[in-house]
Amino acid sequence: MKSFKEIYREAENKIAGLAAAPGIVIGRAHLFTKEKVEINKSEITDIDQAINNLDEAVEKSKKELNKIFSIAREKMDEKRAGIFEAQLMILDDPILFGNIKDRIKTEKIQPEYIVSDEISKYQELMIISSESYLKERALDIEDIKFRIIRNLQKKRWQSRIEKEMIVISESLTPADTLLFSRVDTLAFVTDHGGLTSHAAIISRSLNIPAVVGTHNASKMIEDGQSIIVDGFHGYIITSPSEEQIEFFKYKQERLKQLQVDLKEFKEKPAITTDGRTINLEANVDVTGEIDVVITSGAKGIGLYRSEQILDELGEYPNEEEQTNIYSKLASRMYPDFCTIRAFDIGGDKFRLFDYREPNPFLGLRGVRFLLENKSLFKTQIRAVLKASATKNIKFMIPMISTIEEIWETKKLITECKAELRKEKLEFDDKIKLGIMIEVPSAAIMTRELAAEVDFISIGTNDLIQYMMAVDRGNDLVSNLYQEFSPVNIRTIYHIVQEAKLQKVPVSLCGEMAADTLAIPLLVGLGLETLSISAATILYAKKIINSFSYELAKKLADDCVASKTEKEIQDKVVKFFEENNITRTRNII
Amino acid sequence: MIEKTVKIINKAGLHTRPAATVVKLAAKYKCDFFISRDGMHINGKSIIGVMTLAAEIGSELTLTFNGVDEGKASEEIVSYFERGFDEI
Repeated sequence: MKSFKEIYREAENKIAGLAAAPGIVIGRAHLFTKEKVEINKSEITDIDQAINNLDEAVEKSKKELNKIFSIAREKMDEKRAGIFEAQLMILDDPILFGNIKDRIKTEKIQPEYIVSDEISKYQELMIISSESYLKERALDIEDIKFRIIRNLQKKRWQSRIEKEMIVISESLTPADTLLFSRVDTLAFVTDHGGLTSHAAIISRSLNIPAVVGTHNASKMIEDGQSIIVDGFHGYIITSPSEEQIEFFKYKQERLKQLQVDLKEFKEKPAITTDGRTINLEANVDVTGEIDVVITSGAKGIGLYRSEQILDELGEYPNEEEQTNIYSKLASRMYPDFCTIRAFDIGGDKFRLFDYREPNPFLGLRGVRFLLENKSLFKTQIRAVLKASATKNIKFMIPMISTIEEIWETKKLITECKAELRKEKLEFDDKIKLGIMIEVPSAAIMTRELAAEVDFISIGTNDLIQYMMAVDRGNDLVSNLYQEFSPVNIRTIYHIVQEAKLQKVPVSLCGEMAADTLAIPLLVGLGLETLSISAATILYAKKIINSFSYELAKKLADDCVASKTEKEIQDKVVKFFEENNITRTRNII
Repeated sequence: MIEKTVKIINKAGLHTRPAATVVKLAAKYKCDFFISRDGMHINGKSIIGVMTLAAEIGSELTLTFNGVDEGKASEEIVSYFERGFDEI
């Protein structure tokens, strides 16, 4: 069997783009070209009638948008649905429509021409702007313009779109994306747009595979053509060969088969053959992943990276918006817990000041940044507290390196609680507070730090980097980034032992836990909770169900006493062989 | 007529939500309200107009109010800008 790499290297009928939403789809293309709208510029005689027509068209547009807005609110969170609210406000813009009506009266030309001309003026201003978000905005406004014109022409919305097609388009407005999802669209392919374009975000949250930013897919692909869309790797194959169809059908089958194979583990707990239960929680990076988490058999969310909201929205959400996002999360996960990690960001991200840090990894990030920007931090604390009324939220602080940082954070939380009490707002007074152990100083001080909090979580990615003084993105030294290094194994062992002395639960989140090879060793080191990506949970369960804690503990003791990474790796691989555990990584 | 210069101090700038709020605040008053920046002159009561302003952090805008209730209007709207649209 060839690999994806080989298939794509050999393929001359491929179009490359950005993998915006995962999945593999084989189907027929539906070329969605925005109807060329013919705009009538003829003169009119009945001005009252024209104004009347305009009012009716605007009313009808409002109705349509309100409907889309309510679908959006049902399928997405408020913030994203807000895209449509701004469009609705434009339909009520007194200045815009005042100008349009004045011009109809004085120029005596068809309203559709005036509407097009007036709104286009604003679009042009947005398009010439250097700010990319304004260019995106111009597209949203295009939607409004054509909606009004179409209603003025009393035309129905395009010929009916067939069901179960792959929609190919130059670009898609949020409204298009949402409406297509209603006719069981299989996948989206667009010429423009990035991973954060509205269409990409919406297709992720609706679980429809998508490849965006292909530059010319809408010109290369013909209507009705048979194509393959690979939302994992960001490729489209046009008129696939027998071999290619066979390959992708096989991959689809594999995906399905894996899902079936693992299904038996979905309802089962992750429990070793000698009866030690391991909690498997999920890491969440994008909001759309929550559906996957729910179907993955995860026991709650062990790490919700809240800074993802900033990436997705491109702006800092206010308290109300954050409360909404967290509340929705908590209610969807209920009764399982959801661990929200405070924004793990550095000062460079938000241009709060001009100072460029020469070494941001050793600079103002995580809790250091939050404590420097107290009002921002308090906004998040208040939002998390407000969302905690359901009592299934935990709050976690990143990048702790001293005990004072915990004290300061606790002081802020106490302040926020007092404020909420005054405002008579409900929250979980006993909300559990935890810290990430990802800086060597915190690892060494685990015992003292653990005494201050309700739980701790080991973040291996940063811990290894700081411990080995190595940037894993730097090819010159990345060979020193060793997950199985004795230093890392001993440190994890130390943290687990120290936390146990304080009877504080420890979990581990990080790439290391996602590497299924590490699982027996981590269990043997005494970890009872692992937080991994939702997609890996069932595989992890399968592995945990195939070895005993007793043997894993022996393996761990052996590894803790080892001198090199190689020694440890060999021992782990041998453990897999001896216990007949098959590794199922690199799924498809 | 009242003329005030304001500076954008929240990091996301005058994005869609504050734009909508500014327009909603302006709608409460009878006076004319304009926002100018770099020669662009926008009616502050028009959402589509305000949305075309790329006002990022650090940029300066001139707000002009003209009409019977200009005092109150300027007070409320200028304060909203000075509070960084309640985002800081």
